[in-house]
Amino acid sequence: MSLELKNVRKNYREPNGHDLPVLDIPHFKLEKGEQAALVGSSGGGKTTLLNVISGITKPDSGEVLIDDIEITRLPEAARDRFRAERIGFVFQTFNLLPAFTAFENVLLGMSFARGKADRAHAKQLLESVGLGHRLTHKPAQLSVGEQQRVAIARSLANRPSLLLADEPTASVDPANQETILKLIREICKEHNVSLLLVTHSPEIAAQFDRTIPLQEFNKVLQNV
Amino acid sequence: MNLFTIALKSIRQRLLASSLTALSVALGVALMIAVLIANTVVSKTFDLQQIGYDLIVGPKGSELDLVLNTVYRIAPPIENLPYRYYEELKENKHIGVAVPIALGDSTEHGNFPILGTTVEYFAVDYAEGKKFRTSAEWPNGKWESVIGSSVARENNWTVGDEFQMVHAGQDDHVHDEKFKIVGILEATGTPNDRTVFVNLNGFYAIAGHEKPIQEAIDREAEFFGETEAEVRAYHAADLKEMEAHAGHDHSGHDHAHHDHATPDLQKEVTAILVRMKEDPRNPTLAQSRAIEFSADLREGFKAQAVNPIRPMQRLMTNLVGNIRLILINLTAFIILVSGVSIFVSIYNSMSERKREIAIMRALGADRMAVFSIILTESIILCLAGGILGILLGHGLIMFASPILEARTGLVIDPYVFDPMELTIIPVMIGLAALVGFIPGLTAYRTDVAENLSS
Ligand SMILES: Nc1ncnc2c1ncn2[C@@H]1O[C@H](COP(=O)(O)OP(=O)(O)OP(=O)(O)O)[C@@H](O)[C@H]1O
Ligand SMILES: [Mg+2]
Repeated sequence: MSLELKNVRKNYREPNGHDLPVLDIPHFKLEKGEQAALVGSSGGGKTTLLNVISGITKPDSGEVLIDDIEITRLPEAARDRFRAERIGFVFQTFNLLPAFTAFENVLLGMSFARGKADRAHAKQLLESVGLGHRLTHKPAQLSVGEQQRVAIARSLANRPSLLLADEPTASVDPANQETILKLIREICKEHNVSLLLVTHSPEIAAQFDRTIPLQEFNKVLQNV
Repeated sequence: MNLFTIALKSIRQRLLASSLTALSVALGVALMIAVLIANTVVSKTFDLQQIGYDLIVGPKGSELDLVLNTVYRIAPPIENLPYRYYEELKENKHIGVAVPIALGDSTEHGNFPILGTTVEYFAVDYAEGKKFRTSAEWPNGKWESVIGSSVARENNWTVGDEFQMVHAGQDDHVHDEKFKIVGILEATGTPNDRTVFVNLNGFYAIAGHEKPIQEAIDREAEFFGETEAEVRAYHAADLKEMEAHAGHDHSGHDHAHHDHATPDLQKEVTAILVRMKEDPRNPTLAQSRAIEFSADLREGFKAQAVNPIRPMQRLMTNLVGNIRLILINLTAFIILVSGVSIFVSIYNSMSERKREIAIMRALGADRMAVFSIILTESIILCLAGGILGILLGHGLIMFASPILEARTGLVIDPYVFDPMELTIIPVMIGLAALVGFIPGLTAYRTDVAENLSS
């Protein structure tokens, strides 16, 4: 799996009607199985970039290619399906559904992809993040670190080829940060999943082979 | 995990609000069911298409009163007809069956109407192809009686029991004479279930039931348009015997009058049920003879012959039909209101659920999927409410039917099912679609990026 962006631009519209340029990326590439840390100042457009990559946000122009499929040209529903099947998401605030148990949250991750929910796989994923004994716990009954581990298991539910993580350790206490990070990186390596991880922490960034400062390839930030 | 399970989860998450809204739908539907069933029952009860008689002959007056009194026993008798008139009808060559009926009294216990008649009453089907059946005997003997199934149940009477009757007149006194129950009728689902049938001869033999002689003579003279002398001449034999008896001292043998038959002059009937003679070669002949006969009566005597179907149909279309329409509209309105409450409940939950929707979208759900989840939720709530309502409605009927039967004498089968009920399910789905559409649209339009970060 490879990820490639070509001439991607994204402007937001400000309340006063002016355009607010956020992304202007002539070229960006992430190789198959590569793990990279994305760093950059707050408000620089990191979250926006992840949303553009996953197809949640449509760029104003340019191409996003995942495995040589130009997802920017797919109709929205197909992009959603693509996201369900190929892209995993881990958020800073976990975004688990409170009404669902740990196990059901993982199953939910499978609900929107083709094919039947693989319950054995869901269980296996939770075991691999060390939560085999917490299957029927609701998010509120789990510790913060455990919640993020459920989210990681869920992000891998459909065996994605790309994992996008937006500050996954920022809400977790320092002791757990290391475990979470290691978990993500090991699982991605094991399943040959490309990883793009947003972080504000230089220590975390330092652990990655490749660290990408956003201002290096986002021209919006270079003009300022 | 399919959309249905997801919808079910979010309903369970807001269980109280969800069940309350479903309950409000259920109450609306329950009322609707109760109205529908009550209507079916009333229509069935008042539909006399299957009654075994062509005509009810009674004194002139309201047709409806005559039918309500004779068939339903819920209105007081208009007046009486001389027994002689019944005997004349019996001889009419076009009339196949004429059954005399005497009403006006009720049982001391339970206040069930007492109907004096002959066993011929039970020979005519009470509904198309349905024959009366007794648990033991028919009331052939003078002091014998059969009782309807509801009477037996409610009064706890069985064959062999005896009872007294209360006179409906001014004095409300309890007659001394006792009738013996010789049979219990099988349930018919008609007012017969609540009736006590006594042998007509016994009915007349009860002290006070025979009309005073002079009064009877005057009544017959007026009725047949004869002079007093003519009436006296007609009943000459009876009158002579009565005069012979008048000298008797009754004090020595209290109930001496039980032993001899009441003279025809002193007998009266409340109504006469008539079945015209059938002609197998010409099936419509009986009908037209009946029409002819009742037209003849309209001009002559002080009697009327009523086709029982017609006044009941008029009552149904003019009164019951309109009441039903009002009630159905009212309950439809109630269901609509509960639909609105489902709408409000789901719609209010949308703001707090935008984040959940955004999460599902981020996990790859497309807009149609989240729209469907909300719509499914609405359908589940409406359907659950609908089904609960149907059960509740039948429960209501089951609970109310014995009370209604005791109060009005109308027999309600609590297991009746109105085919209209079947339409409730699709109607509820339609309502759900209507109610769920706008919240579904909100879900459809939810901005993912914006709601993920909040
Ligand atoms: N929907 C929106 N409408 C208008 N402006 C927006 C919108 N979403 C984001 N922005 C702006 O775009 C810029 C980039 O936002 P983004 O969330 O991508 O930054 P970020 O790099 O993820 O920041 P942080 O590190 O704080 O999370 C910000 O200035 C933000 O105010
Ligand atoms: Mg961000």
